Amino acid sequence: MIVGERKPFSEIMSMVEGFSKILIVGCGSCVTICMAGGEEEVKILGSQLRLAFQKNKKDIEVEEAMALRQCDDEYMNDPVLIDKVEKADIVISMACGVGVQYSTAFFNRIITKKPIKVVPGLNTTFMGANLDVGIWEERCVGCGDCVLEKTGGICPITRCAKSLLNGPCGGSSNGKCEISKDTDCAWHLIIERLEALGELDRIKPVEMYKDWRPSHSGGPRKIIREDMRI
Amino acid sequence: MSEFEPRIIAFCCHYCALAAADVAGKMGFQIPTNVRIIRVICTGKVEVLHLLKALEAGADGVVVISCKFGECYFKEGNFRAKKRVERAQSLIQEAGLEPERLMFDFVPGPGAKKFVDILNGITKKVRSLGPNPSVHQVMTIE
Repeated sequence: MIVGERKPFSEIMSMVEGFSKILIVGCGSCVTICMAGGEEEVKILGSQLRLAFQKNKKDIEVEEAMALRQCDDEYMNDPVLIDKVEKADIVISMACGVGVQYSTAFFNRIITKKPIKVVPGLNTTFMGANLDVGIWEERCVGCGDCVLEKTGGICPITRCAKSLLNGPCGGSSNGKCEISKDTDCAWHLIIERLEALGELDRIKPVEMYKDWRPSHSGGPRKIIREDMRI
Repeated sequence: MSEFEPRIIAFCCHYCALAAADVAGKMGFQIPTNVRIIRVICTGKVEVLHLLKALEAGADGVVVISCKFGECYFKEGNFRAKKRVERAQSLIQEAGLEPERLMFDFVPGPGAKKFVDILNGITKKVRSLGPNPSVHQVMTIE
């Protein structure tokens, strides 16, 4: 899932300065699961903003709303949500960067009376897994050319700080990476896993340089499934 | 001019703080009249949002009173409650309020005296802080 974390309160306050009707829109998908931008976090931010504004004797309205998925028309086309957005001066999107961009485009397409300003309430951090309650770790960088079949299901592109395809490097020590003693050496894990699988021979051939064109280095990516189109 | 009487909300664990409140009553201790007690089955059920909403709705201070560490009926509810109070403290501090308006403490079941002391303690603390600056008017929650 996409993992994010809430922006510092001071940054959010500076983004909404000068606006008198604020709407906070949460997203019911990835950021709800990673406890950064779901219903609970929307209410917490709303409460926090109201406390701050009331303390400063500012008469500012703070409304809250939810969209099940801020990256999909199907879940955004909700009359109650659109009505709330129309009445707001500024929208804080608690979705990932995709949701913020998509809701900006969506609201400005649907609402023609005035331009809608959408600002991010979160920093989108990575695509990761929920290792334990309250712990998330990056697992995929979306390079567009998966090599996990060769590396025992452990991604060297994401989990090796150097994204090496032929590892480990000299910085690996006791299974840890030189960047931090808390970071596992991905290649140490790969070798252990391949050994357990009896597939250590897989790393004998030298991997050629990676083609980064399918990754973001080739510009924004797009997938069109013709079979799904009418 | 009469002294400021703070409105305090006390989230009390059913198994210890509430038992302590009962004992306090039976022993004739005076429970401060400015405190409103909300019984919870475990303080682990108290969310950050409950603490913020209490302040938003007009409370001047909020206290969460749980069992002693290691004695939670649900094992770890009081550890959760403490961490949530700490998070809520940092959130209200960001909003410009004093973190001391939120407090966490614990009592054993028969700790009537300590229970009353906690309530008197937060009342005194919040009285020194003054009224909740974020309250325009007290909300009525139906």
